[in-house]
Amino acid sequence: MNSQQDKRKVVIELDNVKRYFQVGSETVKALRGVSFKIYEGEFVTIMGTSGSGKSTLLNQLGCLDTPTSGEYYLDGTPVRKMSKNQRAKLRNRKIGFVFQNYNLLAKTTAVENVELPLMYNNKYTSKQRREAAIQALQAVGLGDRLEHKSNQMSGGQMQRVAIARALVNKPAVLLADEATGNLDTRTSFEMLVLFQKLHQEGHTIIFVTHNPEIAEYASRNINLRDGKVREDTINPHIKSAAEALAALPQPQDD
Amino acid sequence: MNILNLFKVSIRAVANNKMRSFLSMLGIIIGVAAIIIMMSIGQGSKESIRQELSTMGTNLLTIRPGADMRGGVRQDPSAMQTLKIGDYQCIVNEKKFVSYVSPEVTASGQVIYGNSNTTSTIYGESPEYLDIKQWKVEEGQNFNEEDIRKASKVCVVGKTIVNELFGEGKEAEAIGKNIRFKSIPLRIVGVLEGKGYNSWGMDQDNVIIAPYTCVMKRIAAQTYFSSIVCSALTEELSDAAIEELTQILRNNHKLKENAVDDFTIRSQAEMMDTMSSTMDTVTIILVVAAAFSLLVAGIGIMNIMLVSVTERTKEIGLRMAVGATGMVISLQFLIESVLISLTGGLIGVLLGCLISQLFPLIGMPSSIPAWSIYVSFAVCTLIGIIFGYIPARKAANMDPIEAIRHE
Ligand SMILES: Nc1ncnc2c1ncn2[C@@H]1O[C@H](COP(=O)(O)OP(=O)(O)OP(=O)(O)O)[C@@H](O)[C@H]1O
Ligand SMILES: [Mg+2]
Repeated sequence: MNSQQDKRKVVIELDNVKRYFQVGSETVKALRGVSFKIYEGEFVTIMGTSGSGKSTLLNQLGCLDTPTSGEYYLDGTPVRKMSKNQRAKLRNRKIGFVFQNYNLLAKTTAVENVELPLMYNNKYTSKQRREAAIQALQAVGLGDRLEHKSNQMSGGQMQRVAIARALVNKPAVLLADEATGNLDTRTSFEMLVLFQKLHQEGHTIIFVTHNPEIAEYASRNINLRDGKVREDTINPHIKSAAEALAALPQPQDD
Repeated sequence: MNILNLFKVSIRAVANNKMRSFLSMLGIIIGVAAIIIMMSIGQGSKESIRQELSTMGTNLLTIRPGADMRGGVRQDPSAMQTLKIGDYQCIVNEKKFVSYVSPEVTASGQVIYGNSNTTSTIYGESPEYLDIKQWKVEEGQNFNEEDIRKASKVCVVGKTIVNELFGEGKEAEAIGKNIRFKSIPLRIVGVLEGKGYNSWGMDQDNVIIAPYTCVMKRIAAQTYFSSIVCSALTEELSDAAIEELTQILRNNHKLKENAVDDFTIRSQAEMMDTMSSTMDTVTIILVVAAAFSLLVAGIGIMNIMLVSVTERTKEIGLRMAVGATGMVISLQFLIESVLISLTGGLIGVLLGCLISQLFPLIGMPSSIPAWSIYVSFAVCTLIGIIFGYIPARKAANMDPIEAIRHE
């Protein structure tokens, strides 16, 4: 890592993080000592074979879980010794989650779905909440779908709502687990365009994926194997998702 | 999340599942409606009995033979023959706090006039009986002391007797006619004004009142009274009157200092209390039965809430992931179950009130005690909290990672 990177703000720092699961008499070592720093404004993909520990790592980063040993600093705050409630608050203020299957509330409008994280933050008035949600939906290109219910939207639109929901609390880091896993190629690229736009606006993004192609659109790639970092590379030539999308064959009219 | 938002979330969850919410409310609705109905009937009967007894004169005193039976001890039949003509005469001569006195002898049987007949009760009384009962003669007149002395075969009758034997509205024609009670001819001298049914459904107008001497001698063939009724000068003087009557009777019966009374004097106030407490007991038994149905309804709510929590595991996981604490999640479900039981309670109260209003139409008195409504709401809230607690805790204890992956 060069000196230029070191001057940037560290958003995430893992120091020899281990996560063991006790299954019966056996110990499953999902993470066997992972250390890295992620700086503000990075777009990092995390790849690795199935069972290499990607989701386990993301759960650590998202403060949904705590390490068996080692320490995790989120925005400078050590997480390992935090109580459940403290972690809930930390997630609420500093983390934005995007899930593979969107996880929107049923029979609920886009804007209400996006408001959800702010409902658990008493600092927001209902007016501020609504404004922030509308802003986030505009940022993902759904400014005209505010009152659409979750069951009235396409997969791509639902994932946009989910991304807006992840952005609404202005998180320190955006965490995505297979965020394009359920979408077709075209919609996946549209989603990548959106992530790249957010990246350019300065958001820190961590994107777990099986798809090696996606790494070409990120600024950095971390490869896991057997619960350890196998490879951690900076991408010198970030491809433009917008160009790739334009190059895709036009969808057939039906 | 503030409480208002939690309520909104819970209201939506209930509204999103209308059928299920309604079904889980049903038990509460029925239970609460049943309780309101029971209480209103209990209260209504109490009020109407009270009213009835007070129109019979709140200063009414009844002397019965035999010691106080409220202990439930069985008594020798001879103990029931302690009230004699001498007692009556002593009371009449010595009374100071008592205004009217009438001995009472009763008999039931068939009354005949021409080819008509009916079953009735004959009351042997003194002329003062009508004053004690505040009962007026509508047609004709009351019998008098002369009739008592001669044990005259005369009587005054209630409206029902006239209707049955002479026909509707034939009061004037009935006067002077001879009816037969157990083959004894009695000449009707008066017809009483109508009183209608009392709250036990007894027809108060199906009576024949005759001189007690006549009934004792010619009909019942007995030398003792079944009771003596008196009225105190005023209601306030009831206690003084009881004291006075007790002394007169004890002297007359030559009871020793330490002997118990061989008669019992009850005031109307005491009768009311006894009636009230009997009604209360019945009401309590019915309400307890209804309360058990509420318990079952609560378990029903718990059941539905547990299903609901399991079904919404993913939602719970999501809410936790975006920052909901276990406390807030459990509150959400607790409010939901309280909402269900309270809405059920509200519907139940309305239904109960509605049905209670219908009872008077079929002649059943009902009056809803206001506190029963407050208690219903309080109980429903409590049920919601108690039976919502386990599902809420289940939701709060979920692991967000597992919950969000749940399919
Ligand atoms: N809660 C748990 N209890 C026990 N073992 C677990 C648990 N979570 C994960 N593991 C184990 O830890 C290892 C890593 O799992 P993880 O889900 O992190 O892999 P992954 O890289 O996300 O795989 P995939 O690409 O299939 O999603 C696996 O061997 C898994 O069985
Ligand atoms: Mg995984």
